[in-house]
Amino acid sequence: MKELTVISGKGGTGKTSIAASFAVLAGNHVLADCDVDAANLHLLLAPEIESRQNFWGMPRAEIVTEKCTDCGLCRELCRFGAIKGGQVDMLACEGCLVCYHACPAGAIRQVENLAGVWYISRTRYGPFVHARLGIAQDNSGKLVAEVRRQARKLAEKEGKSLIITDGPPGIGCPVISALGGTDLALVVVEPTLSSLHDLGRVLQLTEHFGVKTVVCINKWDLDRKISRQVENACRDAGVPVIGRIGYDPAVTVAAREGKPVIRVPSTVAEDIVSLWACVQKELGI
Amino acid sequence: MNICVASGKGGTGKTTVATSLALALQSEQHDVTFLDCDVEEPNGHIFINPDIREIENVFIEVPEIDHTTCTFCGKCADLCAFNALLVAGDSVITFPELCHGCGGCRYFCPAGAVRLTPKKIGTVETGAAGQLRFVRGRLEVGTALSPPLIEAAKKKIMPRGITVIDAPPGTSCPVIASVRGSDFCLLVTEPTLLGLHDLDLAVQMARHLGVPCGVVVNRAQEGWGIIHDYCRRQDLPVLLEIPLSKKIARAYARGVPLVRADKTWHDAFRQLYRAIGEMVAGEGTYCHQR
Amino acid sequence: MRIAVSAAGPGPEAPAEERFGRCACFVIFDEQGNVEEVVDNAGKTAPEGAGVLSAQSLLRRKVSVVLTGRVGPKAMRALQAGGVAVYTGIAGTVAETLAKYKSGRMQPATPSAGSPGAGRRAGRRDG
Repeated sequence: MKELTVISGKGGTGKTSIAASFAVLAGNHVLADCDVDAANLHLLLAPEIESRQNFWGMPRAEIVTEKCTDCGLCRELCRFGAIKGGQVDMLACEGCLVCYHACPAGAIRQVENLAGVWYISRTRYGPFVHARLGIAQDNSGKLVAEVRRQARKLAEKEGKSLIITDGPPGIGCPVISALGGTDLALVVVEPTLSSLHDLGRVLQLTEHFGVKTVVCINKWDLDRKISRQVENACRDAGVPVIGRIGYDPAVTVAAREGKPVIRVPSTVAEDIVSLWACVQKELGI
Repeated sequence: MNICVASGKGGTGKTTVATSLALALQSEQHDVTFLDCDVEEPNGHIFINPDIREIENVFIEVPEIDHTTCTFCGKCADLCAFNALLVAGDSVITFPELCHGCGGCRYFCPAGAVRLTPKKIGTVETGAAGQLRFVRGRLEVGTALSPPLIEAAKKKIMPRGITVIDAPPGTSCPVIASVRGSDFCLLVTEPTLLGLHDLDLAVQMARHLGVPCGVVVNRAQEGWGIIHDYCRRQDLPVLLEIPLSKKIARAYARGVPLVRADKTWHDAFRQLYRAIGEMVAGEGTYCHQR
Repeated sequence: MRIAVSAAGPGPEAPAEERFGRCACFVIFDEQGNVEEVVDNAGKTAPEGAGVLSAQSLLRRKVSVVLTGRVGPKAMRALQAGGVAVYTGIAGTVAETLAKYKSGRMQPATPSAGSPGAGRRAGRRDG
């Protein structure tokens, strides 16, 4: 079984549109949306939810006021400044439970923390695992890992040979979680100085974790000079640029209407088809 | 006044809005700081071109075990909520990349064998571009801990003057760390189904934190009013619209701030600031805490 | 010598499980191949550092050989520090995996064989 992870560093470069288009083109695959923080792939795939499961985060601490002697030890020990006015600020609590273990009065208890939900769905483009992280939750890396685990399980069960993963933006905990052990990372870049800057950080990250990486330039003709800079940066990093997709307002129309871009008439369909062919070659499928 | 510019979805124009707002206010002689809290992928400097004058390393404290005093009782491993320590025979192995720096291992070690040592998670860099103060956090590549770095960057906020904060995308912990404590949250979105979906998440996030918010519609197009419809239903003000334009996209590509690419935007951003000021003065009547 | 096999269920006939940190349980055998103990894998539901937690539990139980599919780099480092030999390349069931090991057909895992995929926040091998 192979796994392709589409990432971008900077958000909004077309990662999700491209992943959705691959879903249209590929056969025998499972889809996974690992951008659990702002999941979007489901908007393009019109999924029918088959099952949903709660996702539990790190338990949090809570002060039982009746038992509290107001000794202040918890406040003193908490490195996250989460104890305020005899209460635990759930937004600041990291779940380390130092206060719970330390409280001499036993006045702190652990409370379960419903951090999100994950779903298994059917779409016309194949089975789909996606999730929704609760607002203001941490642990997105853990939910990403859960989505990937479920996608792998589903693929094994249904005899699918490929997992297409829409990854999160950035280079932090969720991306690290999305990259570990994947077979190929496709970085979607656009020819902007911001995206070029972020590309450098993403390539450091994939190298750090030893993940095979390729790049595609989206809207490459928006600024040809910066496109060339992107290509040079990739060459210097020893990472191949395997595709270029043109700038076409039709892509915005597709996003507006909630369709995979390859499903609307545009000049970029051909670019995406040839990109997909290159990705298959890189994956060895 | 601290204004945090955020967006659920990435790439909607957060940095465009934040940099132009900061530059427009600074040119009006305000005392302005631009604070880049998108520590995973900070981009504000591309538009602002600051001279970085000071680089400060940011650390968390991770355990180091004194093997001569350690009794290998395993208490630290039992207590660590993040499984960042383990006892293997007569050695204790630490996994700094799992450590959140809570310090529990040291506090609870009965033998006093745990010492805390700093582990770098990133840098906070300060500088200026003309009169505009510039601060950014930069996460060390391969590190999973953005919030403590964001907290460190936010310590540079001046009590007086205006700080424009460029937040990371999303609605989870790094965003919370950026938005929390701001006077106003400006949410940037685009009129697509994806933009709308993520705007809704961002509005919930801001309301959860009790921070008043307003909306900027980027890449606005005639006849695509889905964001306006949503804002009407939610009783949220649309404070600014930036049209879909290849010219604006090109200026962005080359790192030219909107207010420099087209000077007429100066007034729009000053107007935006005044509208925010009025809303904050009116105790954020548009966005109630639940 | 105690031998632990990562398993999907509590017994020799259960399917062996690829994943070290996330398997349902470990079936522990003595040298003669008798089941000595079945332990629930504490790492299974751990929010973070699953492999580390699983490794800790096996180290406490004085296991000296682990038979599994994939071990993350952190768990690998932990097991090696505790002097545990790790072999990969499981067969269908737990009993078959043990037999495969006895016939010398499993691969000794080296630190580099700890694939980052099996660990979740895969770190550098030097930790």
